[in-house]
Amino acid sequence: MIEARHLHKRFGAVTAVHDVSLSALDGRITGLLGPNGAGKSTTLRMLYTVLQPDGGDAFIDGISANGQSLEARRRMGVLPHGAGVYPHLTARENILYFGELHGLSGSDCSRRAAQLIELLEMADFADRHAKGFSQGQRLKTALARALVHDPRNILLDEPTNGLDVMAVRTLRALLLKLKAAGRCILFSSHVMQEVAVLCDDVVVIAGGRVVADGTPEELRARAGTADLEEAFIRFLEAAGRP
Amino acid sequence: MRPVFTVLRKELRENLRDRRTFMSALLIGTVLMPLLVGLLVNLTVRRGQSQDNKPVSLAVVHGERAPGLLAQLRQYRIDVLTVDLDDAAARAAVRHQRPRLVLAIPDNYASQLAQGQPAPVLLYSDSSDVADASDVGRVRAVLGRVSSETARLRLMARGVDPTVLSAIAVQDVDVATPTSRSVLILGTLTYIILLTMLMGGLHVTLDATAGERERGSLESLLTVPVPREQLIYGKILAACVFMVLSLTLNVCAVALALRYVGLENLGMNVNLNLPVILKLILSCAPLAPLGASLMTIVAAYTRSYREAQTYVGLVLLIPTLPLIFANTLGLRPTLWLMMVPSLSQHFLVTGLLRGEPVGALYAGLSVSVSLLLGLAAAYAAGRLYHREALLG
Repeated sequence: MIEARHLHKRFGAVTAVHDVSLSALDGRITGLLGPNGAGKSTTLRMLYTVLQPDGGDAFIDGISANGQSLEARRRMGVLPHGAGVYPHLTARENILYFGELHGLSGSDCSRRAAQLIELLEMADFADRHAKGFSQGQRLKTALARALVHDPRNILLDEPTNGLDVMAVRTLRALLLKLKAAGRCILFSSHVMQEVAVLCDDVVVIAGGRVVADGTPEELRARAGTADLEEAFIRFLEAAGRP
Repeated sequence: MRPVFTVLRKELRENLRDRRTFMSALLIGTVLMPLLVGLLVNLTVRRGQSQDNKPVSLAVVHGERAPGLLAQLRQYRIDVLTVDLDDAAARAAVRHQRPRLVLAIPDNYASQLAQGQPAPVLLYSDSSDVADASDVGRVRAVLGRVSSETARLRLMARGVDPTVLSAIAVQDVDVATPTSRSVLILGTLTYIILLTMLMGGLHVTLDATAGERERGSLESLLTVPVPREQLIYGKILAACVFMVLSLTLNVCAVALALRYVGLENLGMNVNLNLPVILKLILSCAPLAPLGASLMTIVAAYTRSYREAQTYVGLVLLIPTLPLIFANTLGLRPTLWLMMVPSLSQHFLVTGLLRGEPVGALYAGLSVSVSLLLGLAAAYAAGRLYHREALLG
């Protein structure tokens, strides 16, 4: 369970996030939807503790991301935007490295890595150096790395960017599997179709503020349209940010 | 502290597979530098030898006026060749360095000599031509010797003891030991050894900081439940390992090169045996943490691997500054100077190469101060990586 309370973040004179509160529940996929520059990445970065909020706080399973960031990080698996892998390590070594950093013992670590390699269908490139990986192979590696400690909460920043249909499909299937296992999943996107297909809950943000949230049905009803994309546009216009 | 070693292991493994590390840490340090050193020393040795033996060529105008003088000059291995130039032509010729030295015999030379008066000769040379200086000196010394020899003979002919001419007898006592004489050459060795050591960790540092950010793996790394400074310490430690590895290979290679070059030609007996090599490594290695940490700090402020490369290159210049002072001011080790990193390593290394190692107190001071500063810089680097701007 991920909870944000009145998050606020400034970079110099620019306020990236004014006031964002949201909650993402266990066993559900929550989509953070918004146009470019709406503050999606900044919000996620505060949630996964690489940025410190100037105001407000976030709670991961009730643990303050600000005050107990190490403890909070243990409970999260994070796929940052454009996550890269180590080119001179194999996919498996990339995963093992993060497992060790999460404090897993050697045997746990290799068992878990083998599991993820199977789950993400990585067997044919698992022991190759990551240098020549395709974007899809890189994403799978980064994803497996993020999930190595079997986290209860999973945060993904624009995970489908630049992926082909097959890779998107694999990712989607994985997220549904994780959801079925009772995990809390929060991911950001600016692609409406993706959110519509996958999400149980949607949080629309624009200009650093939450402009609407609810299930896709609720959002459609509130905007008075049957089309989620149209609803999205209407919320943005209402917020004064087309 | 377990994560520090996890990071260390990963950086070592990844970098050992990277060709760029191999180039900067292993190849440049161990192959190119000793070759350069060998070449440099070899050239210096050859030049030193050749200068004493090479005959000096001297162009003489109106040599027929002083046949006796020419014969004596030839005895002292001066190649005399006769030319025909007036005063202006002689000046112009020397200015254009062909020939470099001209000796002119005026027409009153023979008559003055016969009358027992000072016989004039004109020696044309260009004092701004440095390569020429030793030749002029030799010609002048030979002329002086001929002159005093003649004066001696004149006094004896008049029944006077020639020793009355020597009121003071100067005897030179040169205290330079054979080894200390060649230290000027070896002084530059310190710089090369320290430089290649730092270069050994250059790629690792850049790759682990600016490179990791550029590839987009840094943000993932920062989401693991490990305090950021521990991640940085692991990276700095990895750079140190590569620096010491590079240092070890490099010192061994330089030792081999020097052995091959044959420094005994310079009257030097540096015995580069295993204990000395070990001491050389132990003298320089304490500088590694400071170098690696400073590079890490600089890399923290840059946006890309290339940008980092530019600025970290400047860090490599820092250790040269104290060395320049040491050489130009002729500094000797003191308690205070042994606290200056890179300068103290310079003293330790030259001491070892001279065969006159500095005392244990000084050595201990150099090692401990360098290590302490390295720890402080590592701590500062760790603090710096808490900055949010780091993510770019």
